[in-house]
Amino acid sequence: MKLKYTISLLAGLMVASQLALAEPEVPVNLPEFKEGRYVHSAPTVEDLMNDDSIHPELKKVILKGRDMFMNTQQLRGKYVFNDMNCKSCHMGEGRMNWSAPVWPAATTLPDFRGKNQHVNSLEERIAGCFSFSMNGKPPEYGSDDMLAMVAYHKWLAKDAPMYEKNIAGRGFSHLGREKPELDFERGKSVYMENCAVCHGNNGQGQRKDGQVVFPPLWGDGSYNWGAGMTRIFTAASFIKNNMPLGKPGSLTDEEAWQVANFINSQERPQDPRYTGDVKETREKFLNFHKHTNYGTVVNGKLLGDHDNTGDKPFLKPDALRPRTFE
Amino acid sequence: MTTLSHLILAGAVTALATVANANEGDPERGAQLAAQGDGSGAPCLACHGADGSGNNAAGFPRLAGLDATYLARQMLAYNNGERVSPVMQPNIDNFDAQQIQDLAAYYAAMPVPATTTSTSVSEEVLALGEKLANQGDWDNYIPPCSSCHGPGNRGVGETFPAIAGQHPNYIRSQLNAWKSNQRNNDPNQLMTAVAERLSEEQINAVAAYLGSQSATAE
Repeated sequence: MKLKYTISLLAGLMVASQLALAEPEVPVNLPEFKEGRYVHSAPTVEDLMNDDSIHPELKKVILKGRDMFMNTQQLRGKYVFNDMNCKSCHMGEGRMNWSAPVWPAATTLPDFRGKNQHVNSLEERIAGCFSFSMNGKPPEYGSDDMLAMVAYHKWLAKDAPMYEKNIAGRGFSHLGREKPELDFERGKSVYMENCAVCHGNNGQGQRKDGQVVFPPLWGDGSYNWGAGMTRIFTAASFIKNNMPLGKPGSLTDEEAWQVANFINSQERPQDPRYTGDVKETREKFLNFHKHTNYGTVVNGKLLGDHDNTGDKPFLKPDALRPRTFE
Repeated sequence: MTTLSHLILAGAVTALATVANANEGDPERGAQLAAQGDGSGAPCLACHGADGSGNNAAGFPRLAGLDATYLARQMLAYNNGERVSPVMQPNIDNFDAQQIQDLAAYYAAMPVPATTTSTSVSEEVLALGEKLANQGDWDNYIPPCSSCHGPGNRGVGETFPAIAGQHPNYIRSQLNAWKSNQRNNDPNQLMTAVAERLSEEQINAVAAYLGSQSATAE
């Protein structure tokens, strides 16, 4: 036993000498910003509280929107029918680069959006998140709740140039068009090694005292088949630059692609745009679903071939509707 | 260093395998062991108290009510060198895997004592601690403690222990242990990543705040 103790002490000393180099053991490895891009510094809550130019009533509304964003589960059964919060994917309060910061929605919309093939407002963009990622029903357009969400987004965009599209840190930083050959078993082993400790062996997430701590990555509690995160490249990019929590950039690109494919080869609630036929739905929205495994056969099973909408007692919220301006 | 790490790792793997083979912990046997010690050192209760509440001044953690699997893993980590403590190691190095399971079961089943520690720190320090615990410091890539340690930082499952109501001196020493590589038993280096980004001021603040919080849900 004495020997072991000596070894431990020795290990401690050796490590201490390494520390002198001051290299972090777990560096924050995030992509560099391309030159010439607009770099935004989104305000903090402290900035809000200290800003006397903002009317107290507006502060209240912004904080309400922030509270909805951070604890979206308080709206469970009203607007949200799965276990997600906005901050589950838009980490760091929606302010953080490469974590799909939400303020660009306030400065780049209204704009044409490929996903629904029409010009979208900020409200409509937020409604999209509620309809797909939260497997829910958005707050009514023009409602107090929607206004609070909009106020939070616009305040985060404070001082950012309107309609500037050349934005640093937007989205999750696309991993590129070239992806490795995707292999379910390879993705599973990456998952078990890096993700299961928090999200569970079956992607079920973890709860404590009735609250979601680690969100489910598939199944009824997760995002539905219409969510942007079902696209393999979106999930791979998110994972690469945000996961495991606190260790951005620690997985290789290949690992991120494989684990994204593994997660998105599991079942989840139906796409709200479902026509009643999964293959038809895939074809109809192929510009989106060409990036997902929806309506394809994985491990002998046709994914998305079901009527399951999770805890949500309907398929499609009324807010999802086309616009023509005619 | 590489060989040494491999040795330590091999030890950890062996120890984990041993624990899988051990029978489920028996809290009654654990109670006896806690009073007797491992034969070559101080008995557990000498430092952790008869009620498992630990001691802030000396930096001895509360054990009562912590998750059994978590507790067993920590004892194994001392014995295989993943956790380095000249105080703790000599006192448990003769316990075998079954005895460690028994001790873990004993402490896990204990009612959580009121260990809330009021330290004489300012309101500003507590406010900084509260912010780190529940909102984090994302500009320095420090997620909030609660994102893994759960609601009220009262712990989640067998991996993320309750840190609310844990003694500030112990929390401080552990965060520093991660920074200085004296503690290496966190899965995927999830805690190392955060600990090494924390400043001394932040460590003091978050330790004081967590210590002031209740370990049990109201």
